[in-house]
Amino acid sequence: MDRAPHQNRPAVIDIHDVTVAYHRKPVLWDIDLAIAEPSLVAVLGPNGAGKSTLVKAVLGLVPLVSGEVKVLGERISRERKLIGYVPQRESVDWDFPVTVLDVVLMGTYGRLGWFRRPGKSERQSAMECLERVGLAPLAHQQIGQLSGGQQQRAFLARALAQDAVLYFMDEPMAGVDAATERVIFGLLRELHSLGKTVVVVHHDLRTVPTYFDDVILLNRRLVAYGKVETTFTTENLRKTYGGQLAALEIAAEAVQASARE
Amino acid sequence: MDILLGRVAFWTMLIGMVAGTSCSVVGCYLVLRRMSLLGDAISHAVLPGIAIGVLMSGQIGGIPSIIGALVFGLLTTLLIEVLHGQGRLTEDSSIGVVFSSLFSIGVIIITREARHKHIDTDCILYGLIEAAPLDLVTIVGFEIPRVMLTLVPVMLVILSLVFCFWKEFKIASFDPVLATAMGISATLVHYLLMSMVAAVTVSSFEAVGSILVIAMLIVPAATAHLLTDRLISMMLVAVAVSWISSVLGYWIAAYVNTSVAGMIAVIAGGQFLLAVLFSPKYGLVSRAFRNGALAVRIMSEDILARLYRLEEKGDSLASSSASHSGAGVVLRWWSDFLLRRQGLVSTEPTGKLSLTESGRHRARELVRAHRLWESYLGENFNLAPDHLHDAAERMEHFIGPKLQERITEELRERDSDPHGRPIPPQ
Repeated sequence: MDRAPHQNRPAVIDIHDVTVAYHRKPVLWDIDLAIAEPSLVAVLGPNGAGKSTLVKAVLGLVPLVSGEVKVLGERISRERKLIGYVPQRESVDWDFPVTVLDVVLMGTYGRLGWFRRPGKSERQSAMECLERVGLAPLAHQQIGQLSGGQQQRAFLARALAQDAVLYFMDEPMAGVDAATERVIFGLLRELHSLGKTVVVVHHDLRTVPTYFDDVILLNRRLVAYGKVETTFTTENLRKTYGGQLAALEIAAEAVQASARE
Repeated sequence: MDILLGRVAFWTMLIGMVAGTSCSVVGCYLVLRRMSLLGDAISHAVLPGIAIGVLMSGQIGGIPSIIGALVFGLLTTLLIEVLHGQGRLTEDSSIGVVFSSLFSIGVIIITREARHKHIDTDCILYGLIEAAPLDLVTIVGFEIPRVMLTLVPVMLVILSLVFCFWKEFKIASFDPVLATAMGISATLVHYLLMSMVAAVTVSSFEAVGSILVIAMLIVPAATAHLLTDRLISMMLVAVAVSWISSVLGYWIAAYVNTSVAGMIAVIAGGQFLLAVLFSPKYGLVSRAFRNGALAVRIMSEDILARLYRLEEKGDSLASSSASHSGAGVVLRWWSDFLLRRQGLVSTEPTGKLSLTESGRHRARELVRAHRLWESYLGENFNLAPDHLHDAAERMEHFIGPKLQERITEELRERDSDPHGRPIPPQ
């Protein structure tokens, strides 16, 4: 691999010249980026910038017009077990007749493969994941009875149960209270300290400097990717968010806050 | 009695139950995936496939019809997706266009080509469950209705598919995106499910007709969804609903001499109605009952608290208050009755109400909750003193010992509310 940043070790993820289109209209152009080391990365950009599409493209959920994605040097279709995913909370029907434990158990389905069913050891590890997010007492409740923040934590427990190397999370902080947000970020830190890479689609610019190491700035094209200190700048944010004034003000605030830290 | 328990009765009910089992199991997935309309569409759109099968083999039912139906079932799913995927047509319009067109093609084939082959559109729509037990074949020495030869194998295939792909069907229905990301193709599962709908339809239509197929696909599953919180229990309840419909539907139809298929569908609908009204969790009646119980509790507690406050001032309360009207009178009367029965209040010879010892204890807790909440609001929010009472009046019924403790902690040893009245100790 000529593009691998380390001589021997392949990048955690290598997105090479990816273009994605819906109904022949391109939504992502020529995305080229490689995450070399395990890190905690925020994906930022205005509405319609293609943040969720980028995640879906990497996971192989939308067809690529061009380019390729490699995870640890292998094609995604061969390394699905290494990737965990937390979709947006609204993407599922919370009236579905499953318990919280059932949902977390779904995290183990990928490594079980066809036909095999989750057994005792899967159950046990699912319960441990629920304990880590503080939902163990609710394990046997139907999922619709959880509050929004609890639903988000159940999704996170499911991601933990996937036991992946690389996690993608689509706005896990949307509509959760401050306490849940801290719990979630605590877990992301923990995952990172275990040598995992976590890529989070994020919308709250204010919390970026507090919680993340790296940022990906996206607006249909890759605007910038790098460390928060060097890349999360007013200049780059202006390029990303264009004329969106309200966003720019928040961004300026956030940059100032990160400078003070 | 022969008409209710005889041989024909037995086979008719069994045919209904076997068809009902396949339909309601597949129907659970349709209802949960919000694809009820798609099930309806496929059950109609397979008609050309059935017709072509009949033309080629010269018989209704059997392998050629099932293959024809599967092909057209998948074609329907594919066409709907293509039309919808173009982005110009919404999904429901695509379904409407595709299934009505294919169904009409089926009708034309049958009326032009297959008239002499003992098949007509009426039989497909309404079925002839009454006649099915009369058309017998002999298999290893047993005489069984011919339709069972397709109904039973299809049911077994459906049940074993559901058993083998339990977790795949579950995750692809609940979270198709995650399923696909994990390598369990949601598209593949979707097409497999639609093939199952097509197979169920074609195996059942000859016996029970496509209208009953739609009823059996959707109604038991929708009923079960109201009653259960686990997928497995939903399926078992759905199957039970379809069996009850088959047995009761047949008996009632035989008794009043009417269409069996129609009566089975009516009984299924009746069970759905019962579930809508009486489901313990989601039912209208149970919800109304819970609201009523809450209203009585609030009224009783208000009476207790009022008596306590009057006692504080050295006053008492007449047993029936004139301040209530309409439903309020009933509520008040019932609350009084309950309070007396629980021994919380007693009526004096003068007709006045007074608190008993246990009633006073309960009332003190309520007044304590009320005044704690007033103090808490007064302390933390910029509210005028005359705005505090109403807010506390609503909240007092919901402030348990745990919350009381927290408020007491925050208020740090306050012993009177913002109006200067004492907060009763615990």
